[in-house]
Amino acid sequence: MTMLKTPPVRATRQTLSQIFGWPLVIGVLSTIGLVAALVGDGVWDGVSWLALLLPILLYALFLLRPPR
Amino acid sequence: MISGTRPLRRWHWVHKWSSIICTVFMLMLCITGLPLIFHHEIDHLLHEEVDPSVVPPGTPKANLDQAVANAMAKFPGQVPHFLIFDRDEPNALLISIGPTIKSSPVDNRFARVDTHTGAFLDSPDVTGRFTYIMLKLHTDMFAGLPGKLFLGLMGILFCVAVISGIVVYAPSMRKLRFGAYRKDRPRIVRRLDVHNLAGILLVMWTLVVGFTGVINTWADLVLKAWQYGQLAEMTAQYKGREIPAKLTPVEEAVRVAQQAIPHMQPAFVSYPGTLFTSNSHYAVFMRGDTPVTSRLLKPALIDAETGKLTDSRDMPWYVSTLFLSQPLHFGDYGGMPLKIIWAILDIITIVILWTGLYLWLRRRKPAASAARASASPQRIEGQAVTS
Repeated sequence: MTMLKTPPVRATRQTLSQIFGWPLVIGVLSTIGLVAALVGDGVWDGVSWLALLLPILLYALFLLRPPR
Repeated sequence: MISGTRPLRRWHWVHKWSSIICTVFMLMLCITGLPLIFHHEIDHLLHEEVDPSVVPPGTPKANLDQAVANAMAKFPGQVPHFLIFDRDEPNALLISIGPTIKSSPVDNRFARVDTHTGAFLDSPDVTGRFTYIMLKLHTDMFAGLPGKLFLGLMGILFCVAVISGIVVYAPSMRKLRFGAYRKDRPRIVRRLDVHNLAGILLVMWTLVVGFTGVINTWADLVLKAWQYGQLAEMTAQYKGREIPAKLTPVEEAVRVAQQAIPHMQPAFVSYPGTLFTSNSHYAVFMRGDTPVTSRLLKPALIDAETGKLTDSRDMPWYVSTLFLSQPLHFGDYGGMPLKIIWAILDIITIVILWTGLYLWLRRRKPAASAARASASPQRIEGQAVTS
Protein backbone atom coordinates (compact mmCIF):
# COMPACT_ATOMS: atom_id res chain seq x y z
CA MET A 1 0.00 0.00 0.00
CA THR A 2 2.58 2.53 1.14
CA MET A 3 4.87 1.31 -1.56
CA LEU A 4 2.41 2.62 -4.12
CA LYS A 5 2.09 5.96 -2.36
CA THR A 6 5.81 6.54 -2.09
CA PRO A 7 7.30 5.50 -5.37
CA PRO A 8 10.87 6.68 -4.68
CA VAL A 9 11.18 4.16 -1.88
CA ARG A 10 12.31 0.73 -2.96
CA ALA A 11 11.47 -2.42 -1.11
CA THR A 12 14.79 -4.00 -1.92
CA ARG A 13 18.10 -2.67 -0.69
CA GLN A 14 20.32 -1.14 -3.26
CA THR A 15 23.90 -2.15 -3.73
CA LEU A 16 26.68 0.42 -3.44
CA SER A 17 27.10 0.54 -7.20
CA GLN A 18 23.39 1.29 -7.57
CA ILE A 19 23.63 4.05 -4.97
CA PHE A 20 26.79 5.64 -6.36
CA GLY A 21 26.32 4.93 -10.09
CA TRP A 22 24.69 8.21 -11.07
CA PRO A 23 26.66 10.31 -8.57
CA LEU A 24 29.85 8.91 -10.10
CA VAL A 25 28.76 9.83 -13.63
CA ILE A 26 27.84 13.35 -12.49
CA GLY A 27 31.12 13.67 -10.59
CA VAL A 28 33.15 12.74 -13.66
CA LEU A 29 31.16 15.14 -15.86
CA SER A 30 31.61 17.94 -13.29
CA THR A 31 35.35 17.35 -13.31
CA ILE A 32 35.40 17.57 -17.10
CA GLY A 33 33.36 20.77 -16.84
CA LEU A 34 35.72 22.31 -14.30
CA VAL A 35 38.80 21.54 -16.39
CA ALA A 36 37.43 22.20 -19.91
CA ALA A 37 37.22 26.00 -19.70
CA LEU A 38 40.79 26.07 -18.38
CA VAL A 39 42.07 24.20 -21.44
CA GLY A 40 40.77 26.58 -24.05
CA ASP A 41 38.14 29.08 -25.14
CA GLY A 42 35.19 28.73 -27.48
CA VAL A 43 34.06 25.09 -27.65
CA TRP A 44 35.86 24.30 -24.41
CA ASP A 45 33.85 26.97 -22.60
CA GLY A 46 30.67 25.44 -24.04
CA VAL A 47 31.58 21.98 -22.77
CA SER A 48 32.25 23.49 -19.36
CA TRP A 49 28.87 25.28 -19.24
CA LEU A 50 26.91 22.18 -20.24
CA ALA A 51 28.72 19.84 -17.86
CA LEU A 52 28.33 22.18 -14.87
CA LEU A 53 24.75 23.04 -15.76
CA LEU A 54 23.81 19.35 -15.44
CA PRO A 55 23.78 19.13 -11.61
CA ILE A 56 21.75 22.36 -11.48
CA LEU A 57 19.16 21.02 -13.92
CA LEU A 58 18.95 17.67 -12.10
CA TYR A 59 18.49 19.48 -8.79
CA ALA A 60 15.60 21.49 -10.19
CA LEU A 61 14.12 18.47 -11.97
CA PHE A 62 14.06 16.23 -8.91
CA LEU A 63 12.59 18.89 -6.63
CA LEU A 64 9.98 20.13 -9.08
CA ARG A 65 8.75 16.96 -10.76
CA PRO A 66 5.16 16.10 -9.89
CA PRO A 67 4.66 13.09 -7.58
CA ARG A 68 3.93 10.01 -9.64
CA MET B 1 21.99 -2.95 9.97
CA ILE B 2 24.95 -1.45 8.19
CA SER B 3 24.43 2.05 9.55
CA GLY B 4 24.90 0.71 13.03
CA THR B 5 28.37 -0.67 12.41
CA ARG B 6 31.33 0.98 14.02
CA PRO B 7 33.16 2.49 11.04
CA LEU B 8 29.95 4.03 9.79
CA ARG B 9 29.17 5.50 13.17
CA ARG B 10 32.58 7.11 13.07
CA TRP B 11 31.88 8.62 9.66
CA HIS B 12 28.60 10.00 11.00
CA TRP B 13 30.52 11.52 13.89
CA VAL B 14 33.12 13.02 11.53
CA HIS B 15 30.39 14.41 9.24
CA LYS B 16 28.49 15.91 12.16
CA TRP B 17 31.39 17.61 13.91
CA SER B 18 33.33 18.83 10.85
CA SER B 19 30.07 20.36 9.62
CA ILE B 20 29.05 21.91 12.93
CA ILE B 21 32.38 23.69 13.32
CA CYS B 22 32.63 25.08 9.79
CA THR B 23 28.99 25.73 8.83
CA VAL B 24 28.61 29.28 10.17
CA PHE B 25 31.85 30.36 8.48
CA MET B 26 30.98 28.52 5.29
CA LEU B 27 27.62 30.31 5.19
CA MET B 28 29.46 33.62 5.55
CA LEU B 29 31.90 32.60 2.79
CA CYS B 30 29.11 31.55 0.41
CA ILE B 31 27.16 34.76 1.02
CA THR B 32 30.15 37.11 0.65
CA GLY B 33 31.50 35.04 -2.26
CA LEU B 34 28.29 35.46 -4.26
CA PRO B 35 28.76 39.18 -5.10
CA LEU B 36 32.50 38.63 -5.54
CA ILE B 37 31.81 36.42 -8.58
CA PHE B 38 30.49 39.58 -10.25
CA HIS B 39 32.82 42.13 -8.63
CA HIS B 40 33.81 43.70 -11.95
CA GLU B 41 30.20 44.19 -12.99
CA ILE B 42 29.16 45.47 -9.53
CA ASP B 43 32.04 47.96 -9.36
CA HIS B 44 31.20 49.16 -12.82
CA LEU B 45 27.57 49.65 -11.83
CA LEU B 46 28.12 51.30 -8.45
CA HIS B 47 31.14 53.49 -9.11
CA GLU B 48 31.93 56.19 -11.63
CA GLU B 49 35.03 55.44 -13.65
CA VAL B 50 36.78 57.56 -16.24
CA ASP B 51 36.78 55.43 -19.37
CA PRO B 52 39.98 55.12 -21.40
CA SER B 53 39.77 56.26 -25.02
CA VAL B 54 38.44 53.73 -27.49
CA VAL B 55 41.06 53.06 -30.14
CA PRO B 56 41.24 50.93 -33.30
CA PRO B 57 43.19 47.69 -32.89
CA GLY B 58 46.90 48.06 -33.50
CA THR B 59 47.12 51.57 -32.05
CA PRO B 60 50.60 51.99 -30.52
CA LYS B 61 50.81 52.14 -26.74
CA ALA B 62 52.00 55.17 -24.83
CA ASN B 63 55.51 55.20 -23.39
CA LEU B 64 55.28 53.53 -19.98
CA ASP B 65 57.59 56.02 -18.27
CA GLN B 66 55.46 58.90 -19.52
CA ALA B 67 52.27 57.13 -18.36
CA VAL B 68 53.77 56.47 -14.91
CA ALA B 69 55.02 60.08 -14.67
CA ASN B 70 51.52 61.34 -15.50
CA ALA B 71 50.07 59.29 -12.65
CA MET B 72 52.83 60.13 -10.17
CA ALA B 73 52.23 63.86 -10.75
CA LYS B 74 48.98 63.31 -8.81
CA PHE B 75 50.87 61.68 -5.91
CA PRO B 76 53.80 64.01 -5.12
CA GLY B 77 56.46 62.49 -2.86
CA GLN B 78 55.19 58.93 -3.39
CA VAL B 79 56.57 56.08 -5.48
CA PRO B 80 55.23 53.44 -7.88
CA HIS B 81 55.39 49.85 -6.58
CA PHE B 82 53.73 47.85 -9.33
CA LEU B 83 52.32 48.19 -12.83
CA ILE B 84 49.38 45.91 -13.59
CA PHE B 85 48.25 45.10 -17.12
CA ASP B 86 44.67 44.03 -16.44
CA ARG B 87 43.49 41.28 -18.77
CA ASP B 88 39.89 42.42 -18.41
CA GLU B 89 40.64 46.08 -19.12
CA PRO B 90 43.45 46.22 -21.69
CA ASN B 91 42.92 49.94 -22.41
CA ALA B 92 43.85 51.03 -18.90
CA LEU B 93 47.08 50.50 -16.98
CA LEU B 94 46.89 50.18 -13.20
CA ILE B 95 49.67 51.66 -11.11
CA SER B 96 49.99 50.67 -7.46
CA ILE B 97 51.46 53.55 -5.44
CA GLY B 98 52.90 53.64 -1.93
CA PRO B 99 54.38 56.37 0.35
CA THR B 100 57.89 54.83 0.21
CA ILE B 101 59.35 51.94 -1.80
CA LYS B 102 59.58 49.74 1.33
CA SER B 103 56.11 50.55 2.71
CA SER B 104 53.59 47.72 2.89
CA PRO B 105 51.66 47.47 -0.39
CA VAL B 106 48.52 46.48 1.54
CA ASP B 107 47.60 50.17 1.93
CA ASN B 108 48.62 51.20 -1.60
CA ARG B 109 46.52 53.52 -3.74
CA PHE B 110 45.74 52.67 -7.35
CA ALA B 111 45.96 55.06 -10.25
CA ARG B 112 44.57 54.28 -13.69
CA VAL B 113 46.15 55.68 -16.83
CA ASP B 114 45.14 55.36 -20.46
CA THR B 115 47.24 52.63 -22.10
CA HIS B 116 47.37 54.43 -25.45
CA THR B 117 47.50 58.13 -24.59
CA GLY B 118 49.26 57.75 -21.24
CA ALA B 119 46.81 60.24 -19.73
CA PHE B 120 45.86 59.96 -16.06
CA LEU B 121 42.28 58.65 -15.72
CA ASP B 122 41.44 58.41 -12.01
CA SER B 123 42.60 57.00 -8.68
CA PRO B 124 39.53 55.51 -7.02
CA ASP B 125 39.66 54.78 -3.30
CA VAL B 126 38.43 51.20 -3.30
CA THR B 127 38.55 50.65 0.47
CA GLY B 128 35.01 51.86 1.13
CA ARG B 129 33.49 49.89 -1.70
CA PHE B 130 30.91 47.14 -1.19
CA THR B 131 33.05 44.66 -3.11
CA TYR B 132 36.11 45.55 -1.01
CA ILE B 133 34.23 44.89 2.23
CA MET B 134 32.92 41.58 0.84
CA LEU B 135 36.45 40.67 -0.28
CA LYS B 136 37.96 41.43 3.13
CA LEU B 137 35.27 39.43 4.92
CA HIS B 138 35.72 36.60 2.47
CA THR B 139 39.52 36.41 2.61
CA ASP B 140 40.44 37.24 6.20
CA MET B 141 37.46 38.79 8.06
CA PHE B 142 39.60 41.95 8.52
CA ALA B 143 41.98 39.87 10.68
CA GLY B 144 45.04 39.66 8.41
CA LEU B 145 47.06 36.48 8.03
CA PRO B 146 45.62 34.76 11.15
CA GLY B 147 42.12 35.38 9.76
CA LYS B 148 43.14 33.91 6.41
CA LEU B 149 44.68 30.80 7.92
CA PHE B 150 41.65 30.35 10.18
CA LEU B 151 39.29 30.44 7.19
CA GLY B 152 41.65 27.98 5.47
CA LEU B 153 41.18 25.63 8.41
CA MET B 154 37.40 26.01 8.10
CA GLY B 155 37.81 25.17 4.41
CA ILE B 156 39.67 21.97 5.27
CA LEU B 157 36.86 21.00 7.67
CA PHE B 158 34.38 21.72 4.89
CA CYS B 159 36.25 19.33 2.57
CA VAL B 160 36.23 16.72 5.36
CA ALA B 161 32.48 17.27 5.73
CA VAL B 162 31.93 16.77 1.98
CA ILE B 163 33.98 13.55 1.88
CA SER B 164 32.37 12.10 5.03
CA GLY B 165 29.05 13.20 3.55
CA ILE B 166 29.66 10.90 0.57
CA VAL B 167 30.14 7.97 2.98
CA VAL B 168 27.04 8.61 5.08
CA TYR B 169 25.03 9.19 1.89
CA ALA B 170 25.07 5.44 1.24
CA PRO B 171 23.07 4.17 4.26
CA SER B 172 20.68 7.10 3.86
CA MET B 173 19.91 6.06 0.28
CA ARG B 174 19.75 2.30 0.70
CA LYS B 175 16.04 2.13 -0.02
CA LEU B 176 15.73 5.29 -2.03
CA ARG B 177 16.13 5.90 -5.72
CA PHE B 178 18.72 8.42 -6.88
CA GLY B 179 17.16 11.87 -6.69
CA ALA B 180 14.36 10.81 -4.34
CA TYR B 181 12.42 13.76 -2.92
CA ARG B 182 9.55 12.70 -0.68
CA LYS B 183 7.25 15.68 -1.08
CA ASP B 184 4.42 14.35 1.05
CA ARG B 185 6.55 13.58 4.10
CA PRO B 186 7.22 15.79 7.14
CA ARG B 187 9.48 18.78 6.73
CA ILE B 188 12.49 17.09 8.33
CA VAL B 189 12.35 14.24 5.80
CA ARG B 190 12.06 16.69 2.93
CA ARG B 191 15.04 18.66 4.23
CA LEU B 192 17.04 15.45 4.52
CA ASP B 193 16.21 14.58 0.91
CA VAL B 194 17.20 18.06 -0.30
CA HIS B 195 20.43 17.86 1.71
CA ASN B 196 21.29 14.45 0.26
CA LEU B 197 20.34 15.37 -3.29
CA ALA B 198 22.10 18.74 -3.44
CA GLY B 199 25.09 17.41 -1.52
CA ILE B 200 25.70 14.48 -3.84
CA LEU B 201 25.03 16.47 -7.05
CA LEU B 202 27.52 19.17 -6.10
CA VAL B 203 30.24 16.95 -4.61
CA MET B 204 32.95 17.72 -7.17
CA TRP B 205 32.22 21.42 -7.40
CA THR B 206 32.13 21.96 -3.62
CA LEU B 207 35.32 19.94 -3.18
CA VAL B 208 37.19 21.82 -5.90
CA VAL B 209 36.00 25.29 -4.93
CA GLY B 210 36.50 24.46 -1.23
CA PHE B 211 39.99 23.11 -1.62
CA THR B 212 41.21 25.78 -4.07
CA GLY B 213 39.90 28.31 -1.54
CA VAL B 214 42.07 26.64 1.11
CA ILE B 215 45.10 26.89 -1.21
CA ASN B 216 44.38 30.59 -1.70
CA THR B 217 44.57 31.18 2.05
CA TRP B 218 48.19 30.06 1.84
CA ALA B 219 49.08 32.74 -0.77
CA ASP B 220 51.12 34.82 1.69
CA LEU B 221 53.09 31.74 2.75
CA VAL B 222 53.64 30.72 -0.89
CA LEU B 223 54.97 34.22 -1.63
CA LYS B 224 57.38 33.98 1.35
CA ALA B 225 58.56 30.55 0.21
CA TRP B 226 59.19 31.90 -3.30
CA GLN B 227 61.03 34.98 -1.96
CA TYR B 228 63.38 32.88 0.15
CA GLY B 229 63.62 30.13 -2.48
CA GLN B 230 63.69 30.84 -6.20
CA LEU B 231 63.86 34.65 -6.00
CA ALA B 232 66.79 34.52 -3.53
CA GLU B 233 68.58 32.07 -5.84
CA MET B 234 68.01 34.20 -8.92
CA THR B 235 69.30 37.35 -7.22
CA ALA B 236 72.02 35.80 -5.02
CA GLN B 237 74.90 37.84 -6.46
CA TYR B 238 72.93 41.07 -5.89
CA LYS B 239 72.35 40.38 -2.19
CA GLY B 240 72.79 43.34 0.17
CA ARG B 241 72.82 45.96 -2.61
CA GLU B 242 71.01 49.27 -2.31
CA ILE B 243 68.32 50.38 -4.75
CA PRO B 244 70.12 52.19 -7.64
CA ALA B 245 69.87 55.98 -7.50
CA LYS B 246 68.91 56.15 -11.16
CA LEU B 247 66.70 53.44 -12.62
CA THR B 248 66.61 52.18 -16.19
CA PRO B 249 63.36 53.36 -17.84
CA VAL B 250 60.59 50.85 -17.10
CA GLU B 251 59.62 50.94 -20.80
CA GLU B 252 63.10 49.58 -21.56
CA ALA B 253 62.81 46.87 -18.89
CA VAL B 254 59.48 45.63 -20.29
CA ARG B 255 60.85 45.68 -23.85
CA VAL B 256 63.88 43.58 -22.85
CA ALA B 257 61.61 41.10 -21.04
CA GLN B 258 59.35 40.83 -24.06
CA GLN B 259 62.32 40.18 -26.35
CA ALA B 260 63.55 37.46 -24.00
CA ILE B 261 60.13 35.74 -23.87
CA PRO B 262 58.54 36.67 -27.20
CA HIS B 263 55.50 34.36 -26.96
CA MET B 264 54.26 35.96 -23.74
CA GLN B 265 52.78 39.33 -22.72
CA PRO B 266 53.65 41.48 -19.70
CA ALA B 267 51.14 41.02 -16.87
CA PHE B 268 52.79 42.74 -13.97
CA VAL B 269 55.91 44.78 -13.22
CA SER B 270 57.46 44.93 -9.76
CA TYR B 271 59.74 47.93 -9.16
CA PRO B 272 63.20 47.43 -7.61
CA GLY B 273 62.94 47.15 -3.82
CA THR B 274 59.34 45.89 -3.73
CA LEU B 275 57.87 42.58 -2.57
CA PHE B 276 58.34 40.51 -5.72
CA THR B 277 61.92 41.36 -6.62
CA SER B 278 65.35 42.42 -5.30
CA ASN B 279 66.67 45.94 -4.71
CA SER B 280 68.51 45.72 -8.03
CA HIS B 281 65.90 44.38 -10.44
CA TYR B 282 62.70 45.13 -12.15
CA ALA B 283 60.72 41.88 -12.15
CA VAL B 284 58.56 41.73 -15.27
CA PHE B 285 56.02 38.90 -14.90
CA MET B 286 54.91 37.55 -18.25
CA ARG B 287 51.76 35.61 -19.12
CA GLY B 288 50.64 33.44 -22.03
CA ASP B 289 47.38 33.78 -23.92
CA THR B 290 45.43 30.57 -23.23
CA PRO B 291 43.23 30.29 -20.10
CA VAL B 292 45.89 28.16 -18.37
CA THR B 293 49.07 29.90 -19.53
CA SER B 294 47.58 33.34 -18.84
CA ARG B 295 47.53 32.32 -15.16
CA LEU B 296 51.02 30.85 -15.00
CA LEU B 297 53.24 33.91 -14.70
CA LYS B 298 56.91 33.77 -15.61
CA PRO B 299 59.26 36.40 -14.16
CA ALA B 300 62.05 38.07 -16.14
CA LEU B 301 64.51 39.90 -13.92
CA ILE B 302 65.97 43.04 -15.49
CA ASP B 303 68.99 44.72 -13.89
CA ALA B 304 67.68 48.20 -13.04
CA GLU B 305 71.10 49.82 -13.59
CA THR B 306 72.21 48.22 -16.85
CA GLY B 307 68.79 47.35 -18.28
CA LYS B 308 70.01 43.80 -19.06
CA LEU B 309 68.11 40.57 -18.48
CA THR B 310 69.82 38.64 -15.67
CA ASP B 311 67.53 35.62 -15.24
CA SER B 312 64.13 34.19 -16.17
CA ARG B 313 62.71 30.91 -14.91
CA ASP B 314 59.41 29.10 -14.72
CA MET B 315 57.97 29.44 -11.24
CA PRO B 316 58.16 26.46 -8.86
CA TRP B 317 55.28 23.99 -8.56
CA TYR B 318 53.87 25.49 -5.37
CA VAL B 319 53.45 28.89 -7.04
CA SER B 320 51.94 27.31 -10.17
CA THR B 321 49.51 25.39 -7.96
CA LEU B 322 48.43 28.65 -6.34
CA PHE B 323 48.04 30.36 -9.74
CA LEU B 324 45.93 27.50 -11.13
CA SER B 325 43.80 27.27 -8.00
CA GLN B 326 42.68 30.87 -8.43
CA PRO B 327 40.45 30.53 -11.52
CA LEU B 328 39.02 27.27 -10.15
CA HIS B 329 38.00 29.15 -7.02
CA PHE B 330 36.78 32.38 -8.64
CA GLY B 331 34.97 30.84 -11.65
CA ASP B 332 36.25 33.67 -13.85
CA TYR B 333 37.68 31.53 -16.64
CA GLY B 334 34.69 30.75 -18.82
CA GLY B 335 32.87 34.00 -19.54
CA MET B 336 29.62 35.28 -18.07
CA PRO B 337 27.72 31.95 -18.41
CA LEU B 338 30.27 30.24 -16.16
CA LYS B 339 29.99 33.06 -13.62
CA ILE B 340 26.20 32.61 -13.54
CA ILE B 341 26.60 28.84 -13.13
CA TRP B 342 29.10 29.51 -10.32
CA ALA B 343 26.55 31.76 -8.61
CA ILE B 344 23.75 29.17 -8.83
CA LEU B 345 26.04 26.42 -7.51
CA ASP B 346 27.02 28.78 -4.69
CA ILE B 347 23.34 29.30 -3.81
CA ILE B 348 22.70 25.53 -3.85
CA THR B 349 25.69 25.15 -1.52
CA ILE B 350 23.98 27.60 0.84
CA VAL B 351 20.93 25.29 0.68
CA ILE B 352 23.15 22.31 1.61
CA LEU B 353 24.62 24.20 4.58
CA TRP B 354 21.23 25.47 5.67
CA THR B 355 19.44 22.11 5.49
CA GLY B 356 22.38 20.46 7.27
CA LEU B 357 22.17 23.01 10.06
CA TYR B 358 18.39 22.51 10.25
CA LEU B 359 18.72 18.72 10.47
CA TRP B 360 21.26 18.99 13.28
CA LEU B 361 19.20 21.51 15.27
CA ARG B 362 16.02 19.47 14.94
CA ARG B 363 17.68 16.22 15.89
CA ARG B 364 19.27 17.52 19.06
CA LYS B 365 16.02 18.96 20.46
CA PRO B 366 14.52 16.37 22.85
CA ALA B 367 11.01 17.56 22.00
CA ALA B 368 11.62 16.65 18.42
CA SER B 369 12.43 13.05 19.17
CA ALA B 370 9.58 11.86 17.01
CA ALA B 371 10.86 13.84 14.10
CA ARG B 372 14.32 12.59 14.90
CA ALA B 373 13.20 9.01 14.62
CA SER B 374 11.46 9.68 11.34
CA ALA B 375 14.56 11.32 9.92
CA SER B 376 17.00 8.59 10.78
CA PRO B 377 17.53 6.46 7.73
CA GLN B 378 16.80 3.12 9.36
CA ARG B 379 13.41 4.23 10.59
CA ILE B 380 12.49 5.82 7.33
CA GLU B 381 13.09 2.54 5.62
CA GLY B 382 11.15 0.71 8.31
CA GLN B 383 8.17 3.02 8.08
CA ALA B 384 8.10 2.95 4.35
CA VAL B 385 7.92 -0.79 4.25
CA THR B 386 5.71 -1.51 7.22
CA SER B 387 3.31 1.42 7.76
